[in-house]
Amino acid sequence: MARIIVANTEYKVPSNLTIMKALEYLGWRLKRGVGCRGGFCGACSTIYRMKGDHKLYTGLACATKVEDGMIIAQIPISPANKKSYNIDSLKAQPNTILELYPEVARCISCNTCTKACPQDIQVMDYVQAALRGDIAKAAELSFDCIMCGLCATRCPAEITQFNVGILARRLYGKYIAPKYKQLEKRVKEIEQGKFEDELSKLTKASKQKLVELYAARVREEVKR
Amino acid sequence: MTKDPYPDYMRESINKVEKTRDRRAKEVFDQCSPDEIDDVLSKYHPDFIKEQKTKLRFGVSKGEVVPLEVARVIETKSIINPKDIDLTKIDFDTDVLIVGGGGAGANAALWAMKSGVKPENIIIATKLRMGDANTTMAQGGIQAAVHENDSPAIHYVDVVGGGHYENDPALVKRLVSDAPFMLKWYEELGMMFDKFPDGTMDAIHGGGTSRMRMHFAKDYTGLEIMRTLRDAVFNSGVKILEFSPAAELIKDDKGQVAGAVLLNLDTQEYIIVRSKTTILTTGGFGRLHIQGFPTTNHYGATFDGCVMGYRAGVPLRLLKSVQYHPTGAAFPEQIVGLLVTEKIRGKGAQVVNKDGEQFCFPLETRDVEASLIIRECVGRDNGIITPTGQRGLWLDSPLIDIIHGEGTIEKNFSAMVKQFGRYGIDITQDPMLIYPTLHYQNGGLKINANAETPVPNLYAAGEVTGGTHGSNRLMGNSLLEVSVFGRAAGISAAKRVQKVSLGKLTLSHVEQYNALCDEYKVKNPPSPIFFPDYTQPKHKERLLTSKFLH
Repeated sequence: MARIIVANTEYKVPSNLTIMKALEYLGWRLKRGVGCRGGFCGACSTIYRMKGDHKLYTGLACATKVEDGMIIAQIPISPANKKSYNIDSLKAQPNTILELYPEVARCISCNTCTKACPQDIQVMDYVQAALRGDIAKAAELSFDCIMCGLCATRCPAEITQFNVGILARRLYGKYIAPKYKQLEKRVKEIEQGKFEDELSKLTKASKQKLVELYAARVREEVKR
Repeated sequence: MTKDPYPDYMRESINKVEKTRDRRAKEVFDQCSPDEIDDVLSKYHPDFIKEQKTKLRFGVSKGEVVPLEVARVIETKSIINPKDIDLTKIDFDTDVLIVGGGGAGANAALWAMKSGVKPENIIIATKLRMGDANTTMAQGGIQAAVHENDSPAIHYVDVVGGGHYENDPALVKRLVSDAPFMLKWYEELGMMFDKFPDGTMDAIHGGGTSRMRMHFAKDYTGLEIMRTLRDAVFNSGVKILEFSPAAELIKDDKGQVAGAVLLNLDTQEYIIVRSKTTILTTGGFGRLHIQGFPTTNHYGATFDGCVMGYRAGVPLRLLKSVQYHPTGAAFPEQIVGLLVTEKIRGKGAQVVNKDGEQFCFPLETRDVEASLIIRECVGRDNGIITPTGQRGLWLDSPLIDIIHGEGTIEKNFSAMVKQFGRYGIDITQDPMLIYPTLHYQNGGLKINANAETPVPNLYAAGEVTGGTHGSNRLMGNSLLEVSVFGRAAGISAAKRVQKVSLGKLTLSHVEQYNALCDEYKVKNPPSPIFFPDYTQPKHKERLLTSKFLH
């Protein structure tokens, strides 16, 4: 069993539980601070201290095991500075991110954001990349971001890192990454009705016919 | 040295897995024949356990065979007593109401807007936060027939064969025809799919595919799609009501759907939304824990949309079939049931038994693969049993680096590396223990290829619907489904908005349904249930306020 402190009250819970399951063990029926329960949605941001330790730790309640002496509080929503933009009218220029989020220039390189990240992302490095105008690097480094907001909650320069990250990724994906030409070609072929007859026939095919077609498939070989 | 996350007896079995690894790297198992498929499904797939099914006794799909857990939330009264609701005080009056803030809902909003509806006339109501949805959790990829050697017709045959020919042909046609368009639109929105230097998107096989058409963004494909769609929705100015799930649809005196009663989860007040069109994008039923299985699903996946739609008169179809993902985590205890992406097998990992031996082709369709795994564990007793009693087999991930070179796992599966790494398991070195887990609702509300339900002004898209996947969905077709039919619903609703004239609002359909429940003497707790309840009886017995959340 582990002793945890929730809402200034100490409870004993089985020590193999995650913070989320520990709260449910205590009888909480969660509606905030809970989402996918698998580490992908960022709904269960949690801050905690360990008794006798001055440090403030961060984690996802669904993916952090309880420990003896944990003092727990949840931050289900991070109030964020989200700029509204039309991605089609932006340009992927070195100053694009700074124009929308000038506070990026306030980064003091303290690395608190990186330490706060439950995804182990080099958050400060992508903020610095954004500051340098290196959109590709900011996009790549921020890719695993689940937008839980813990970085922004801890940032002394008051940057909303996760919104900087998604802007960088969208600029990269739209303007910098090379376009998939065969995809464009295939969309045109479909628009021109190239497959229409064959598909219409399939929709009217008997089950027997479809069974035959399915059995006759040849699986594309994986090149190794 | 750090402590071994695996107990000794599991480590001994892993040693056997390691011994056979080099040999297995070249070993190829044949796919099952149609007869073998019939045999293993009928003997081992949970869908074939008759005692776990029942026929719906009343409503528009009376006689439809469904899992017991589904009947329990369908054959019951509404949490709403229509007499308590004042429909004359309208909180929001809008053109398009979208119930559900996942991939289908976001697409519906964006495409309704592109089709002429002003953003201020669109509302997305969602149970938790915008984007808290199974879309976010989908890892593996999205199918689209793009390559020269592939075509929508080949995709079509894969889908209907995998779905055991029970699919709705018109829905499949729309799914495969619009797939490349949606992928291209996603590229234009700025999503970062894995690409080669010339721009070609990387693509691999999924279970049951005959062409490599699974496109992906590392193993965060759904997250990349959802967070980008959400960013676009936030930028658009569409109104979003979070923590406000719908409790029932509202109709008018002409029998049309005319909005919904929402519940404010914080204040517990109801909210009346009158809307010319309503789109259900509420997702599926993983959190009903069919047959007690753990699930890969989001906390809010409680079948609400089907419950509301059914009471409003939309037929349900194909709910008899439930998708169990072959590879849910089986160890450690903290992550039991969570998804281990099929992409792992797509990249070459094999499923092996306690002696380190392969026993089947690793990329059968999901129903077949899950049944083969259950047979190996239960029927042949070749599995591992964890300290908490969970059965499992090994998913031999380190094989991927042997096949494709060191670093491939790190680069392609950072979500999985993190998921297991949190509990001390390094999947680049050790295999993962897996067992089938409840994953997807194959059936659902009846729609046509334009995402229209048979009830006027009501649309539905995504997992809440049934027909597209027949009785078994292929990997990569659910992210595709929310994309194609979310868009279709948005476009259809936008067209309909021009023509709608609403009459007097009513909840008489709910009254009638509640009366039917009296007639059939139902004893189930009211629905929709909104959330699963993971508290223990000792808590439930002492509750002072117990109006909902049961």
